[in-house]
Amino acid sequence: MIKKFVVGSFEDEKVLFAAVKNVRRAGYKIHDVYTPYPIHGLDKAMGLRETSLHTMGFIYGITGTTTALSGMGWIFATDWPLNIGGKPHFPLPAFIPITFELTVLFSAVGMVWTFCWLCKMMPGVKKHHFNLRSTDDLLTMVIECNDSSNTAEIESFLAQNGAIEINTQEAEEGWWFGRYDKEQKLYRTEEVGVGD
Amino acid sequence: MSLLKYESQLREPLIDGDKTYHQVTEDIIGPLETKPTRLWWIGLSIALALLLFGVYSVYREVAYGIGQWNVNRTVGWGWAITNFVWWIGIGHAGTLISAILLLFGQKWRTGVNRAAEAMTIFAVMCAGMFPVFHVGRVWDAFFLFPYPNSRGPVWPNFNSALLWDVFAVSTYFTVSVLFWYTGLLPDLATIRDRAKTKFRKMFYGLTSFGWTGSTKHWQRQESLALVLAGLATPLVLSVHTIVSFDFATSVIPGWHTTIFPPYFVAGAVFSGFAMVNSLLIITRKVLHLEDYITIGHIEAMNKIIVLTGSVVGCAYLSELFVAWYSMNPYEWWAFRENRVNIFSPYGWAYYGMIFCNVVSPQLFWSRKLRRNVLFTFFMSILINVGMWFERFVIFVTSIYRDYLPSSWTTYYSPTIWEIGFYLGTFGLFFTCYFLFAKFFPVIAVAEIKAILKTSGENYKDKMSDLEEMSTGKFYEEEVEHAH
Repeated sequence: MIKKFVVGSFEDEKVLFAAVKNVRRAGYKIHDVYTPYPIHGLDKAMGLRETSLHTMGFIYGITGTTTALSGMGWIFATDWPLNIGGKPHFPLPAFIPITFELTVLFSAVGMVWTFCWLCKMMPGVKKHHFNLRSTDDLLTMVIECNDSSNTAEIESFLAQNGAIEINTQEAEEGWWFGRYDKEQKLYRTEEVGVGD
Repeated sequence: MSLLKYESQLREPLIDGDKTYHQVTEDIIGPLETKPTRLWWIGLSIALALLLFGVYSVYREVAYGIGQWNVNRTVGWGWAITNFVWWIGIGHAGTLISAILLLFGQKWRTGVNRAAEAMTIFAVMCAGMFPVFHVGRVWDAFFLFPYPNSRGPVWPNFNSALLWDVFAVSTYFTVSVLFWYTGLLPDLATIRDRAKTKFRKMFYGLTSFGWTGSTKHWQRQESLALVLAGLATPLVLSVHTIVSFDFATSVIPGWHTTIFPPYFVAGAVFSGFAMVNSLLIITRKVLHLEDYITIGHIEAMNKIIVLTGSVVGCAYLSELFVAWYSMNPYEWWAFRENRVNIFSPYGWAYYGMIFCNVVSPQLFWSRKLRRNVLFTFFMSILINVGMWFERFVIFVTSIYRDYLPSSWTTYYSPTIWEIGFYLGTFGLFFTCYFLFAKFFPVIAVAEIKAILKTSGENYKDKMSDLEEMSTGKFYEEEVEHAH
């Protein structure tokens, strides 16, 4: 969906934090803040909730534990019980190394997969980049506008709060498949009035 | 927030020089955007030549069978398994730096973790080659994995330490790659967004997965990194523990010891850090990254080397003591006659190991030597030679004289194809490393930026007046304001 955004870039985290606070207080909707490195506490300042990725990691982990134990148990005790030096068919201590490895493997692979899913990331995915310097040295705050927003007013508000590069952009807000060496065209749905 | 931004003046800066965020990007990513130097081409050619020789050596083994090697009864595990354990040990430093040092909050890891993790991945790749080809019929190597098959089904033996190894090494490789790559995404996006050529825009566009730097994504990425570090920490310890089980769970005198797991892990960290030192000393010089990989970083790694080297030394001694104290004649013989006796056929390997691993690292107690780049480079090579000796001593001296004295005359030395296989893995390792250093940032750019304002030289200087401030005033002015 194509929307209008006001984009302001900051140089210093301290200025950014104050600006985030003021923008939220003024009632504008922060679409996102793009930064070249992780800034601790910014998520809280923006009012984002804590991620539950680690909970997923735990769930994937216990899936791995169960898979390993039940798999080895089924193979050794049910599918093909084999007498190996008179040892028991379910030798738990001997199963611990593989159980541990599979727990870690499932958890790690699952979490990375979930991470990519949640962030909508994979090879070939393209997104709109509001300021290319936001992966280099600028902290870019993007404010989402609606039909009644006065962009000039938001722009001056950002300027008062210490933003250095300010502009208004129309952009697709989601993700799509595309290549970064190709220019992006925005596809709009034409509004056709009755009687045209 | 501001509270975290303060770091004591007593600590050495981790980033030298007057840097801004943009300057950090320029310094680290700049070299990737220029044509490779002649030195790079020469290095890559040598590595490729070694790799080709290795491919031919492996071809000999695959085509004519394992008889191309000198492994025999009783030395069934010769160079191949020595090299496997040696490489896997080297592959421990990367995850140790990125995972354990992350959990301990050691900031100096940011300068070296990316290259060390890459080194880990390449070393594990090299390590994996050896057992895979040592099975003899490599086209059947997939029998190692349990999968429903039409042969019964025949399942692998889950009681066997060798099978644990299959799981441990493949899990370790997968998790290391994931950990490395998720950390790499933001930096690849940085290269993409400043790319001028069509190829770079496309290549880094694909490899960066569409990373934008959104706050929510950073939050998830940091959570992911923390949990992966928590998982990778026991994993890295488990891998070499399980590798040591290959030996410790057998009943061969010299192998059947309970000290093996910690002893192997300490040795792995020891050799891994030595390899990181060798690689980074060259990398920082060639790519002019002395401001990011400082003498302080090298010293920190040398401290770990002297610690783990001493742990390994203690392990050698306790191994000897226990062999004597056990009053088991076979055990004691294996140690007294096959290792410690300098006139025994492999006595040279034992004393080579003691000299390189225990005696020489003690020089690192001297601060002056720890901070000497040339000396560190020399030592890092020496230590890796020593660690190779250690693996050779453990494997070969324990089995070349078995219970049947008529077999004792057999002196195991490798054929040219065994040596060729080993050289080939060096070729693979350095080919990968050269390509990595050309196409990927060797230092974690985003992580350096995150610590720049606490540990950068120019920012630290400005903190002197903060240091004078009273705690109450500091809290009032800096912390209250931030929240």
